[in-house]
Amino acid sequence: MLTFILKRLLIAIPVLLILIVGTFVLMYTAPGSPFATERGIPPAVLANLEAQYGLDQPFIVQIWRYIVGIVTEFDFGPSFIYRDQDVNDLIGQGFPVTLTYGVWSFIVAVLVGGTLGILAAVRHNTWLDYLAVGISIGAQVLPNFVLAPILVLVFTLLLGWLPGGGWQGGQWEYVILPVIALSTSFMASIARISRASMLEVLTSNFIRTARAKGLPMRRVIFRHALKPALLPVISYLGPAFVGMITGSVVIDIYFSTGGIGQFFVASALNRDYGVMMGITVLLGALTILFNLVVDILYAWIDPKIRY
Amino acid sequence: MLATKAIADDLAGAAPIKGRSLWADARARFFRNKAAVAGLFVLVCVAAFALFGPLIATWNYEDIDWTVLGNVAEAGRPSLENGHWFGTDALGRDLFARTAQGTQVSLMVGIVGALISVIVGTFYGAVAGYFGGRIDGVMMRVVDVLMSIPYMFVLILLLVVFGRSMLMLFIGIGLVSWLDMARIARGQTLTLRNKEFVEAAVATGVGPFTIIRRHIVPNLLGVVIVYATLLVPSMIIYESFISFLGLGVQEPLTSWGALINDGAAEMNNGTLWMLLVPLFFFVITLFGFFFVGDGLRDALDPKDR
Amino acid sequence: MSRISRLASSTILAAVLCGPAFAQETHPVTGEALAEDQTFQYRLLDQFPSIDPQLVEETAGGHVARQLFEGLLTQNSDGTLRPGVAEEWSSEDNQTWTFTLREDARWSNGDPVTANDFVFAWRRAADPATASEYAWYVELSQIRNAPAIIAGEVGPEELGVRAIDDRTLEVTLTQPLPYFPQMTVHYTFMPTHQPTIEAHGANWTNPENMVSNGAYVLDQIAVNEFFRLVPNPEYWGADDVIITEITGYVINDVNQALTRFQAGEFDMMDDLPAGSYPRLEEEAPDVAHSVPRLCSYYYAVNQSESGHEALQDPRVRTALSYAINRDVITEQILQAGQAPAYNFTHWATADFEMPEIEYASWTQEERMERAMELITEAGYGPDNPIEVNLIYNTSENHRQIATVISQMWRPLGVTTTLNNYEWQSYLEIRGNQNFDIARGAWCGDYNEASTFLDLMTSNNANNDGKFHNEDVDRLMAESVAAADPGPIYTQVEQILAEEMAILPIYHYTQNFVLDPTIRNWPMENVENNWYIRDIYRVAAE
Repeated sequence: MLTFILKRLLIAIPVLLILIVGTFVLMYTAPGSPFATERGIPPAVLANLEAQYGLDQPFIVQIWRYIVGIVTEFDFGPSFIYRDQDVNDLIGQGFPVTLTYGVWSFIVAVLVGGTLGILAAVRHNTWLDYLAVGISIGAQVLPNFVLAPILVLVFTLLLGWLPGGGWQGGQWEYVILPVIALSTSFMASIARISRASMLEVLTSNFIRTARAKGLPMRRVIFRHALKPALLPVISYLGPAFVGMITGSVVIDIYFSTGGIGQFFVASALNRDYGVMMGITVLLGALTILFNLVVDILYAWIDPKIRY
Repeated sequence: MLATKAIADDLAGAAPIKGRSLWADARARFFRNKAAVAGLFVLVCVAAFALFGPLIATWNYEDIDWTVLGNVAEAGRPSLENGHWFGTDALGRDLFARTAQGTQVSLMVGIVGALISVIVGTFYGAVAGYFGGRIDGVMMRVVDVLMSIPYMFVLILLLVVFGRSMLMLFIGIGLVSWLDMARIARGQTLTLRNKEFVEAAVATGVGPFTIIRRHIVPNLLGVVIVYATLLVPSMIIYESFISFLGLGVQEPLTSWGALINDGAAEMNNGTLWMLLVPLFFFVITLFGFFFVGDGLRDALDPKDR
Repeated sequence: MSRISRLASSTILAAVLCGPAFAQETHPVTGEALAEDQTFQYRLLDQFPSIDPQLVEETAGGHVARQLFEGLLTQNSDGTLRPGVAEEWSSEDNQTWTFTLREDARWSNGDPVTANDFVFAWRRAADPATASEYAWYVELSQIRNAPAIIAGEVGPEELGVRAIDDRTLEVTLTQPLPYFPQMTVHYTFMPTHQPTIEAHGANWTNPENMVSNGAYVLDQIAVNEFFRLVPNPEYWGADDVIITEITGYVINDVNQALTRFQAGEFDMMDDLPAGSYPRLEEEAPDVAHSVPRLCSYYYAVNQSESGHEALQDPRVRTALSYAINRDVITEQILQAGQAPAYNFTHWATADFEMPEIEYASWTQEERMERAMELITEAGYGPDNPIEVNLIYNTSENHRQIATVISQMWRPLGVTTTLNNYEWQSYLEIRGNQNFDIARGAWCGDYNEASTFLDLMTSNNANNDGKFHNEDVDRLMAESVAAADPGPIYTQVEQILAEEMAILPIYHYTQNFVLDPTIRNWPMENVENNWYIRDIYRVAAE
């Protein structure tokens, strides 16, 4: 197990390097410069700006400096747009926000989705089942960029219960709407997956045996059926995590939470090379880490798997 | 005469004795599933709308109805009289024609994305799984590497760097969609590799690529088709997300994502049809694909639930 | 003035001492009942890249800089000049200007604001080492040696500005410039505090470091979320400041922002959603406002070597311009009081007399008829169609206007391919003349017609269409020294119309929603410069 984890972490290094080089090349070929303004920039000023950010160096030197900066000092360099901010500052501000509502969305999606799916499976072909299936498909097909404005329209404008955006250090009333908007479609997927796998488990022989022994249904489900039924859900958590990162873009734009999703889009559009690289590397590292965690979880739940 | 005719008819009727194929079995199972059939029906209708909608529309998708422009909330609502059956968009362009056009784009993105994934992913996975060993190790590591790339962000970068175009959208979506498919295909191939018919083919000296093409891939088809039907809706959702970011297709072309996004922006202006019409098509299509996908899985999976 | 304000100041002082519960009850001058809550919240479209006055290069940062810093001169609510840090200013020849600074101007750390602070700031703006994206503004203001400093040929200490003593600033220009005082209102010319910048470098604008001399100081900032300003107790006019807190929220999505405004989350937002103005005005006429704004919207036609062959013919350009029905754009798409434009300079520009442009008075049918004639004369038309590439930067309004105009051109046999790019790419593509027709807009940097018309001279960096006309170049050079440049500007406009240098489309209005309890908003300031120290909130009736 330990060697497996070490091996995976070792692979992460070349992966991140490839990611850095790839993004660097993309940025290099992109038209437009972070310093372009409508009013035009005097050449001497532009030359100074480029020298300040090291853009006057050859490509290889730039990328080498960048990697050395990260490895030796964990320094992702300056932001090219926000003149008084480092990439580390910006990510330090934005990432906790994204992480907070991301983790909450994750918990909500797994708990609500899992419960809904298992209930539907246990009460197979009853109104509860149909309701759960209906809700989950409905939630899955409604894009969150439609859901988000509807939520604000209802809870902020009509009812006046919750603020329509902002973060304010993550007070609970600012977290609720982003979590709802982000979690619904994942909740729906988890409900569908857990329902299907629970149905399969419930018809399997060992459950029939347990039932035949006269064990109460509740006990059968919690002691025997739950663990195997959750296996497919766990393998879905990897993609769900990646999906949530993507979804955070919509959440940040609609709810003005100041998370990194918004930073990424803004930096790509403004050619803020520093922030763009920093966030890509961060997300790449997170994806690797999360896939690893999912694999470990999987091995822990399913004893058949050996690494 | 009559008697011989009757015997002949009897024989003809008895002909299916040679047995039903697995596919025919699956087809029968699929058509017994009401939700799946309904889903298929919806999809056929939507496809027909995309193909024939522009032909029956009274307006072109890019023409502005000058009498409506400036007073869309009143004059642009759905009406049979002026030919705007679904109303108009914020610029007075016919929403029926635009939705039909957007349906073409969205379906195309979904289907092309799924096709790329099917072709590349199946072949890649089959090769990795069939050869196994070191080749498998390397090929699957490559997939792992690509999977840890935040691809939606890379797609945004691609669209920003190379400009917005349909081709870029296809490349971007195709780049990432085949990864899961490759994993699935490999897993299936690993079990197929040790089957007798493959061993028989190897023993008779058939080349490895011919075996993959003739024996492995056809046996993967069931799984692949099921997965592909579930992939199409996720491609459509990706496209809508890209449109939401303003990086989708160029005007005057449109797509469901672009139409829904425009409609959502007008939500407060009393022109709800601009949101509801494209959203309706979007939602029923996704429903359709989900039901058909579930139906196919049940039909192709020999474990009858 | 002094008696009233002293009275007022003691009331405010008392109010401040006693805390918000006992806030003053009436406005010292107008006598209106004031609200207890004197906070002001507004919405920003995007995070500003910087609030360092010499580095600010866009509107959002400019608005914040105007609250934090005070330049030599500021503006009244109608845009006329008003003393800022300078009490008096004078010049005998419009070339050497002397500003006398007020005695009681203080930085927020208590240091006096001296003429040297201005010298430091202005040199800093021009110095290539600062890498200010607005260095060109120093050059535009004609201060001596500015171009050489910006080009890095001579040191910044050569700039034609010096402190005669702590309270006297002398500026030397390369040529007479009657509107130089107007130019000092701009944020690039606001003073900055040398010891702070030297101590903290780029981080001097962080709340814990920042020292400023305006009515407010920076209290808190969360990038891409919000920032907060509080009154500066050291400000010389602090006693007259009523608003006790300014908060700006960054909200990218314009429709979300409007919903939240309607839910009462903030008091002001501009950049309203495309086409929403008529509804807002109908629902709440005292909330929705439309005031003239010194910006012109136009399409640039590429007349450089890379341009479309047909578009080099003035007749084709004229035909395209005639075919644009501007009334449809202003009355049916924008619908917020914008004026159809047939010339470049905004109609509300100070001392500018609108030129007589013939086709402005025609009906659209007449224009269309003439357009058909012209395009046929030029050898094009439905039988010999032209294909043009129209580019614009991503925005709902630009998209709608481009779509509609491309439809208006179709009868002329012109097929248009629309291409939109996001801003940063757009600037590069347009700046390199990789287009046939490009959307453009120009906002005046100061309230005088040359801020627009300079754009049409052949060596202007922002002349993206590369229009070239020797008469225009000559006239604009003459206008700088002219006692009354008005007639020259009118003449230039006429040449532009004859040659159809650009296709003018409309003159902007500033559209915004403002909570009706907020009073004294500078509606008549066509440069959209607002100073929160002047506004206040009345008690709801």
